[in-house]
This record gives sequence, C-alpha cells and structure tokens, in this order.
Amino acid sequence: MRVACGSSMKLRHLPQLAGAWLSIARCFAQSAARNSTSTSIFAPDSTPADAVFGLSIFVLVVTGVIFAIVFGLLLYAAIKFRRRANDDRREPLQIYGSDQLELAWTVIPVLIVIVLFMTSARVIHSVQDARRPPQSMEVTVIGHQFWWEYRYPQYGFVTANELHVPVSNPAHPMPTFLELRSADTDHSFWLPRLAGKTDLIPNHPNSTWIDPHETGLYLGQCAQYCGTQHAKMLLRAYVDSPADFDRWVRAQQQAPGDDTPLSPEAAEGRRVFNNTACINCHAIAGTAADGRFGPDLTHLMSRETIASGISLNTGETLRRWVQNPAAIKPGALMPAMNLTDKELDEVTAYLLTLH
Amino acid sequence: MASDSVPISGAIGLPKEAGSTWSETLHEWVITVDHKKLGLMYIGSALLFLVIGGIEAAIMRIQLAVPHAHFVSPEVFNRMFTMHGTTMIFFVAMTVLFGFGIYLVPLMIGTRDMAFPRLNAWGFWMSFFGGLLLYFSFIGGDGLYGAGSAPDVGWWAYAPLTSTAFSKGHSTDYWTIALLVAGFGTVATGVNLVTTIITMRCPGMTPGKMPLLAWMYLVMAGMLLFTITPLTAAQLMLMVDRYLGGHFFDTQAGGSAVIWMHFFWIFGHPEVYVLIIPAFAFISEIVPVFSRKPIFGYPIMVAATVAIGFVSMSVWAHHMFTVGMASYSNAFFVLTTMVVGIPTGIKIFNWLGTMWGGKIRYAVPMMFALGFLFQFLGAGLTGIMLGAAPFDWQLSGSYFVVAHFHYVIVGGILFSVFGAFYYWYPKMTGRMLNETLGKWHFWLFLIGFHLTFDTMHIPGILGMPRRIYTYEPGRGWELWNLIVSIGAIFQTVAILCFVVNLIWSYFRGRPAGNDPWDAWTLEWAVPSPPPAYNFAVIPEVRSRRPLWDAKHPEDPDWKYE
Repeated sequence: MRVACGSSMKLRHLPQLAGAWLSIARCFAQSAARNSTSTSIFAPDSTPADAVFGLSIFVLVVTGVIFAIVFGLLLYAAIKFRRRANDDRREPLQIYGSDQLELAWTVIPVLIVIVLFMTSARVIHSVQDARRPPQSMEVTVIGHQFWWEYRYPQYGFVTANELHVPVSNPAHPMPTFLELRSADTDHSFWLPRLAGKTDLIPNHPNSTWIDPHETGLYLGQCAQYCGTQHAKMLLRAYVDSPADFDRWVRAQQQAPGDDTPLSPEAAEGRRVFNNTACINCHAIAGTAADGRFGPDLTHLMSRETIASGISLNTGETLRRWVQNPAAIKPGALMPAMNLTDKELDEVTAYLLTLH
Repeated sequence: MASDSVPISGAIGLPKEAGSTWSETLHEWVITVDHKKLGLMYIGSALLFLVIGGIEAAIMRIQLAVPHAHFVSPEVFNRMFTMHGTTMIFFVAMTVLFGFGIYLVPLMIGTRDMAFPRLNAWGFWMSFFGGLLLYFSFIGGDGLYGAGSAPDVGWWAYAPLTSTAFSKGHSTDYWTIALLVAGFGTVATGVNLVTTIITMRCPGMTPGKMPLLAWMYLVMAGMLLFTITPLTAAQLMLMVDRYLGGHFFDTQAGGSAVIWMHFFWIFGHPEVYVLIIPAFAFISEIVPVFSRKPIFGYPIMVAATVAIGFVSMSVWAHHMFTVGMASYSNAFFVLTTMVVGIPTGIKIFNWLGTMWGGKIRYAVPMMFALGFLFQFLGAGLTGIMLGAAPFDWQLSGSYFVVAHFHYVIVGGILFSVFGAFYYWYPKMTGRMLNETLGKWHFWLFLIGFHLTFDTMHIPGILGMPRRIYTYEPGRGWELWNLIVSIGAIFQTVAILCFVVNLIWSYFRGRPAGNDPWDAWTLEWAVPSPPPAYNFAVIPEVRSRRPLWDAKHPEDPDWKYE
C-alpha cells in the first residue's frame, strides 16, 4: 500500500527521480556492456533505447516494490496461519470480507495504473512522434527471407546485411531514420542497444530511428519469425565517425563496370557469373547483373560477413557458400548452381574483386 | 434445519453390471453423454497431449542447451515450437480446463447433467478429432506422397507466412482445419456451460449463492462465444486465400498481414483469460477449504471476474506494439492492459484475505495453490512490464515474453490444474492420490519450473529472440540457456511422478469417502465417484457453503450472507 501512495506523490518529481535511478542503473549496465558483442537492452547507446531504458528501470522499481510487499504478505500469511501441531481442531473465525480493505486494494492499484500509464505514454510520444531534424540520415531497410537489404536514397546506392550509419553527437544530433519494408514475410528490426524493435511487414511501411552515441559495431537479429532460417538473419550495424562514414559512402557509390580490367581467372568468373542465373537475383552496379531478389554484390568485399552475418567473408567461405548455400544455411533461398570446381574457383576470384 | 439444506448423500443401489467386456466398456465410453465421463475423457486426452507437447518442448530444450547445436534441423525445430504452442494451448490447457468444468459444474450447482448432454459429447469429440487432425499432419502434411510434415508457421501463424507462396504443401491446412474443428467443439461447450449455469442450478442457488467456480466458468464460457468466433472467421478467410484465390492476407495482391494479427489477437488475448479464469476458479475453491475459511470478498471476486471478462476483450493489440501502430493507439492499449491488472490484483488480495486468520492445512492441493499465488504474482508483474509499450518494444518477441507467458501458463494455470487434480481426483475415482509422491511431484516441479522460467527472462533481456533454432555464442546467453534446459529435466521427472501417481493411486490409493477434505460445496455430498445421476434427490441450498450449513447447524452461513 505504501508503494502506491509514494508513487502517486512522486508523480511531479518523476523526471528527477527517474534520473537518479537511471544514473545508478547505467553504471551497472555500461560496465557490463563494453564488449561489443553485447545485445543487452540494459546497455543503451542511443536516444530511443535510452528512453526505453529509463522507463524500464522505473517500471522495474514499481513492480519490484509491489512484488516485495505482496510476496511478503503472502509468505507471512502462509507461515503465520498454518495449522499448528497442537491445533484444537476448531474452525477459525469465519470472515466473509471487508469493504474497507476491498476499497483500499482497488484504489491503490488504480493510482499505480495511472502513474504507469502516464509515464509510458510520455515515452511512447517522445520516441514515436520525435521530430525529424533536417540533417537526418535516411536508410530504407528491406527484410528478405533471410537477409537485410539497405538502400541509401540520399546517396543512391544499395547494400546488404551490414548497415553503416554515422555516429550522432548528442550536442549536434545526427539521427538516422529507417524506413522499414518487407519483400516477403514479416520480420522485425532489433538492435537492442540502439532502439526497441519495429516490425517489417509487407504492404505496411514502418519507420524507426536511431542516433548512436558511440562508434563501433552493434549487433542484433530478426525478432519476428519469418521462416526456416529466422535464427540466422543477423543484424550488424557499424556506427562510423563522420569521416569514416563519408569514406564508406564514397566507396559504395563507385561502380566497377563490365569493362574493369581483371585477372584472367576473375574475368572468366565474371563470364560464368553473367551467364549463369546469378544475375537474375544479384545486382552488381555497372554490369548486366541487376537482380534484386538477393543481396547487392557491388561491394561484396567491403563487408566483413556473408549470408546475413553468419560467417566471415573470406574467399574460402564464399566458395563454400556459392557451391551449396544449403550446406551452411539450410532453407536459404539461394540454390546451388552445380558449378564445377573450376567454375567455383573462377566465380570466387571474381567475387573477391568486388571491393 | 439440516433437512432443507443438506443434499441427500448415498447412492441408490443399482446392481453393478458384472462381466462387461472391454469392447462393451469402450462402447459405453464412446457413446456416453454423461458429463462426468466426458469430463474424464477431456482430462485424459489433455494428459495425452500434455505428454506429447512436453516431448516437443524437451526436443527444443536439448537443441538450445548449447549454441550452434545440431540435435535437430531448423525445419524440425520450427515444427516443434509450432506444434508445442498449438498443442499446449488448444489441446492441453483448454481441454483439461473444460474437463474439470464439465465434470464439476453440474455437481457443484446441484444438477444431474449439463443442459445439452449430446452437444456436450459432440463438443468433446470435435475437440479431440481436431487434435488428432493436427497430429495427422506429421503423416499427411506435405501431401500424401511426400514424407509428411507438421505445421511450421508458429502457433499464431502470422500472414503472409501462411500463404501458399511461403507455406507449400498441406501443413498449414492441417493447422487451420484442426483449430476450426476444435473451435466448433469449443463454442458448443461454451454454449452448454452458459446454459447449464444459468438454467440448471438447484433450488435455492441464486446467482449470489453459486460457488465461485461456477461463476468463473460462466464468465469463461461467455467469453468463449466472443473469442473463438474471430479465430474461426480468420481461419475461414485463410482457407479462402489458400484455396479459392482470396486476398484477405495475401500481401502480394494488396492484402493485409496486420489484419490477421488483429483477428488472431482479439481471439488470442481473451484466450489467455479463458485459460486463467478456470485456474482462478480452482484456487478459489482450494484456498478456502484448506484455510478453513470462506472465500474473502465473494461479491468482489465475482465482480472482478466479470470485469476481467469485459476488459480483457480490449487489450489484444498489446501483442502488436511493434507493428507500427500510431502513438495514441499504443497508449490506449497500454491503458487497457494496465487496467486489466486491477481486478486481477484484487483477486490475489482476496485469496490473501482468505488465508489470513485461517488454519492452513498443507496438503498437496494447497501446496500447488500456494505455488500458484506466488508465481501468478510474478507473472502478473512481468505482464505489467510488457504492458508498458516502450519496454515491450525491447521485450516483445524475445525470450522474456516466452518466460512471461510460461510463468502464466505453467506457473499459474498448470500449478492450479495440478492442485485441482490432487483436490478432485478422490471425487472422480474414489481414491486419494498418494501424498508422498504428490510432494515429490510438487517439489521437483517447483524446482524445475523456477530453474527454467526464472532464468529464461535473462536471455530475453540480453537480446535473445524467441523461435530461433540456434543462437550465436558470445552474447552472454549460453549459461542461461543451459540452466533453462536443466530445469526441463526436473520438470520431466516431476511429470513422471504425477503420471505414476495417477495410475498407482487408481488401483492402490487410500479410499477417499464422500468428503475427504471436509469441504463445503455440493460435489462432496455425493459418493466418490458420483453415481451416473449425481444426486438421488436434487438438493436445496440456502448459502454458498451448503455443507458448512449441514456440518454447523448452530452457525450456518445463510444467517450472514
């Protein structure tokens, strides 16, 4: 009961109190989260994730206090009112109820609900209805079975599976707004340290935003069951310094073209690539390959991983992947093209030139 | 005094038909319209499916015990979680709760059968055949000439994964038709329970004198009529999409995936209350009897149940906080979700009030009931966390949610069902369940439950999504998943104790007599097991606790109610 009275009085002082809790909680969270493979929701590094984190701590404290009190009462009653060994076998006093008590344990939860609703509504508004500053970045995220396509309409290129965004200095925010679409089934975009998840639903464009405060790699994965390989639809977001980001953008904007000079083996690989069904699904800017069903390969070798983050992007893994994707990721939609060993070597040599 | 308030106990001595063969016995059970036999059949089929669903869970936990395991293929894992969820909700939880309801309601309201005995049998057989159809998918799922496969679209089967473009073969059709068939049975049973409770109460049992169990089953059955229908409608639309070229959910032709979510969850969330309200009903019978006090705040308990019935119909979109609803829609569903917590909280306080000042006897039913109270408190509070939409943006679709609803379903509903088994098994069979085995069952299950489902919250917080057949090492999930899997071993052994107890006690259990718990409601006035006609003479009651009145003629309840 004391919880509720306390909470309702705290309503006015909520921001300060929440702030105090936050700084304590953040100490714990951040010491735990310094390794970059963490995907903990309690290690936020971006405004939306931070707002959610603040609310989370508040809700945890409120529910924690309720839990402690009711748990204590239940435990007390369960022990104190047990039938003793020396019981006189008479029935205890028969009590049918108490209007005062009923009123008390109705009104107090009502007050708690009002507080929780108002604090939640405030965070919902602050995240969902955030104003988009004019200098913000835009990226279109398209979910596919079982990989991610990223389009940068401001810069005119397409990439896959590894999102790059500029770091956002809290003094001069540079948020990235993500338009979320799906090419097939439902997916969900979830980088726990940057923002809560938002679903990618076909025929139902969504959006979310992030403004990462630190450079580095942020991990996540698809959070809405989307089919056989839902588990291996991993998310990687690279937060770059402004200079690194500009360099990356410039590199992505260059297109190799069909007449780029290649080693004989790679040139033969390009021929195999162009004459096999590869080009129906994959695009390589400046060449005949313009498929959009699979990941854009224009700058394949600028990516650290393949197959939506499941293994490192090396010549060896690429060759194994092209040979038989199902051996690495059963259920992936890319078929094995039944290439000969020689063709595999050639195609791999070609792919390795796509920097 | 007693003559007008005490039901007649004892059976009319009909000669037992000796020497019936097993085929005659089987025939008798197949054609029966007796609510007690049908109730037992519901319970029996639920136990069968519980074991199957449990095996599916065990397979998943073996696969997830360590990262990058290869115990099962992704395809098999996806079938396992789809079948586990569908089985446990529709063919275990619903079924066992119907079983107890159909068995107990006529006895507790002092009548001889359900309002529509044949409809009752029809409802059971429809539900049961629905379950069989679902499992036939293992043979027929991919079309009869294929190897066969079970549904793998998840138990809520989001569009457009269920469209023919993404779900080829017939596995999704088996899922659809199984739920459709079972749903017809469910609606029939809902109609039957509502009618029975409204029209068949014994003389003197005004609505205010019904046992709380009857009230709660009335609300639950009423809700069924409103919650199963959208599911049925959605299943029909899905069939139209798959076979008649419809585009309701076909996003490639302008259909809407989100509309399926609304249809499913406007069924799905009230469904949670359909399941938990009977659990409340068991607790509301067990806690008073073992605390030796009447239920605290009976009218408030009734009002809270009815309130839950209504409010729970307006909370469904809290399953959809991440689908991109407008901020004010999200805020609305935060409010309704939080509001439904109020009557639920009131119930916990009233059970506490019932225990307060009592003389609590810790027989096995009360141990499970107490487990329910603590665990349901926890489940409710993680529900509040999930109800705060921004927190849900992080938690939804993660293992935190899985932990939360297993806390509700296992820690809440299953614990209360186990309590109900230990409490009413003597009435149903005439023999007590073994107390020692029961305590082993309780403690092992309690330990296993907490190892598994307390721990399971943590990987969710650390960013582990649900429904993944394997996971990456190095994210801090390994240890927690291993502990979760170890907990499953304890639960398996506990269930084994339970099943052994059910079988052993049926033959060797201590004879129960009419009223082993010194209880107060009408079912304890008749022999155990009750005769086919229940009551030789229809009883007449004057209070909520007719047997209290009979046992304490100097201090009857009707003087105070």
